[in-house]
Amino acid sequence: MSHLLSPSILRLVLPVLYAVVIVAVLPLLAGYIVLVERKVMADMQARLGPMRVGPHGLLQPIADAVKLLLKEDIIPDKADRLLFWLAPLVSVTMALLAYAALPIGPAFQIADLNIGLLFILAVSSLGIYGIVLGGWASNSHYSLLGALRSAAQLVSYETAAGLGLISALLLAGSLSMKDIVMAQYDQGIWFISYVPIGFFIYMVGSIAETNRAPFDLPEAESELVAGYMTEYSGFRWSLYFLAEYANMIIVAGIATTLFLGGWLRPFASSHTAMPGTSIELLDALPSLLVLAVALYCFYLAPKQPVKIQRLVMAMAGGLCLIIAGALAGALFAPAAVLQGIHGAFWFLAKVFAYIYFFLWFRFTFPRYRFDQLMRLGWRFLIPLALVNLIATATALLATREWGGSLFFYTLLADAVTLAVAMFLAKNDEVDSVVPVTDGE
Amino acid sequence: MVPVDHYLWLSLALFTIGVIGVLTRRNVIIILMSIELILNAVNINLVAFSHMFGSVDGQVFAIFIITDAAAEAAVGLGIILAFFRNRETLLADEMDMLKW
Amino acid sequence: MGLNSILFYFFAALAVVSAILMVTRRNVVHGAVYLITTLLATAGVFLLLQAEFLFITQVILYVGGIMVLFVFVIMLVNLDVSLLQYQFNRQRFVAGVLALALAAQLFIVIKMGKTSLFPQARVPEVLPKNTEAVADALFGRFMLPFEIASILLLVAMIGAVVMAKRRV
Repeated sequence: MSHLLSPSILRLVLPVLYAVVIVAVLPLLAGYIVLVERKVMADMQARLGPMRVGPHGLLQPIADAVKLLLKEDIIPDKADRLLFWLAPLVSVTMALLAYAALPIGPAFQIADLNIGLLFILAVSSLGIYGIVLGGWASNSHYSLLGALRSAAQLVSYETAAGLGLISALLLAGSLSMKDIVMAQYDQGIWFISYVPIGFFIYMVGSIAETNRAPFDLPEAESELVAGYMTEYSGFRWSLYFLAEYANMIIVAGIATTLFLGGWLRPFASSHTAMPGTSIELLDALPSLLVLAVALYCFYLAPKQPVKIQRLVMAMAGGLCLIIAGALAGALFAPAAVLQGIHGAFWFLAKVFAYIYFFLWFRFTFPRYRFDQLMRLGWRFLIPLALVNLIATATALLATREWGGSLFFYTLLADAVTLAVAMFLAKNDEVDSVVPVTDGE
Repeated sequence: MVPVDHYLWLSLALFTIGVIGVLTRRNVIIILMSIELILNAVNINLVAFSHMFGSVDGQVFAIFIITDAAAEAAVGLGIILAFFRNRETLLADEMDMLKW
Repeated sequence: MGLNSILFYFFAALAVVSAILMVTRRNVVHGAVYLITTLLATAGVFLLLQAEFLFITQVILYVGGIMVLFVFVIMLVNLDVSLLQYQFNRQRFVAGVLALALAAQLFIVIKMGKTSLFPQARVPEVLPKNTEAVADALFGRFMLPFEIASILLLVAMIGAVVMAKRRV
């Protein structure tokens, strides 16, 4: 039996296992992120959100999925059948393919590529074809224009986001995602404290790249007039939808890996142990956090108006207690298990925090008009990203030549970049008041 | 282990198909795409030799060719757009304004 | 027949079939899609030749940049009547013969020169990291061509903007 667990077999089987887990969990996760989004939207708009389908609306994603699967599959009359079938496929394949290089834990990575970061960027740029071919295949002018606008937006902000990423890449010294996280462990600090402006540029770029508000004109068009998804209904539309939320999680994953320390806990390099034991103090944090959530659920439970809601709230509290217990129990397990479980917890926590910002921005900012969007990308973000890149590189060079702390030099670099940003923003203000159209 | 000349045969096949595409088709955009195919065939050749000699010079040259192809595609498509706005045609046969 | 060989023959067949399909399509968008497939197969061949940086550059730049540009322009100059016109021009037979003659010449060259090719590639025991090696070469010995290529791209950018602009 032992030959079944031999290293070479494991090297083949484990990645396949991880891939199956990710592909199986992702649709469910995407559905529940939509539910979270609707609840957060409701909370910010002083209402309750979906409450009917299941207690507190918890079964809403299931109901939506069933509806989408049962809808009639309509293909427009003169639509290009090959491309109509192919386009959502391309979108969803590229969105899922990017998970191959994403490190969820020190051992939970499907493939540790030497060029992992570039691989994810390449796959994201291939996802544009899903949009463009979908808009074309629908044989409708509105779809085509929406698709072209969306693709133009994606290409522009992809450049800006990539340049923002490079400034963190300079500090890491390697393109392999795992090495980037280990570099943050070795340097003892998350890269966001070295390049906060790079993080900001990447955040804005990633919001535009996933077609989220305030850059969701191509999508909002499908609410108002039309967009590349108009002629798609039922299962094909749900593929596009899955692709969009999978993309959101991927960009959150990249931001977490590059800027927020990946699977590392805060202060990962300081190993202060609890007195008397060999367990590190900060490793108790995950279970304490989940315990706090559990206690909050138990506190809310008696206050629910309906009996089933009280029951579900109590069950949620119980679930959180079990998770807290598992996290605490992992403290006594061998180091690999501890790292794996706590690593996954911290990674998921950071990804959800980043996605919460996505949701927050959606319901806070008004939508950008398309020409304002392109102006912002090309005349503000890309010059700012280039200046940030040069400033960070100069800071690194200064550390290498003159010694001293990298933090100090990057602080100077960030101050310079911030000044340039103010200048660029002020410069652009006058133009965007009166939109210049040239008979388009 | 794949012998090096198999890469050369692949490169030859793609090159020939590209040349036939450039010389035979009427649609200007397909002609441009066949030119991209020719450049790719050359890239395969370069990378195969770079692998054979163990040096990265071939790959660096291939990167320059890709850069060049990008520049040429951008300008070529700009020209096609400008011509299309004037003459409403995409066929190489009909782009004969300089003929006497 | 190692996995390497099987994958190479698969990618080679995919590239050649997609290329043939591309030059024979009536619908230009379909032709573009088949060119994308050819370029991805070529990228696969690069990866099998252990040129991982070139593989990813091919995907990001060629497939994700140049072909997106092609597809954009094809959709902007969308002509319905083009599907009904003759696809091949009047010189097609002469052109075909000449292209095959060129191919025959290259065939003979490769056949005669085959013996000077090394039977096995000179792959060292431990491969240097490809991206680092390419970067060393690009910013070391090939610095001047690199700068010239950047100026070329700048010129091309300005040229494309000027050519595609509407005369206001």
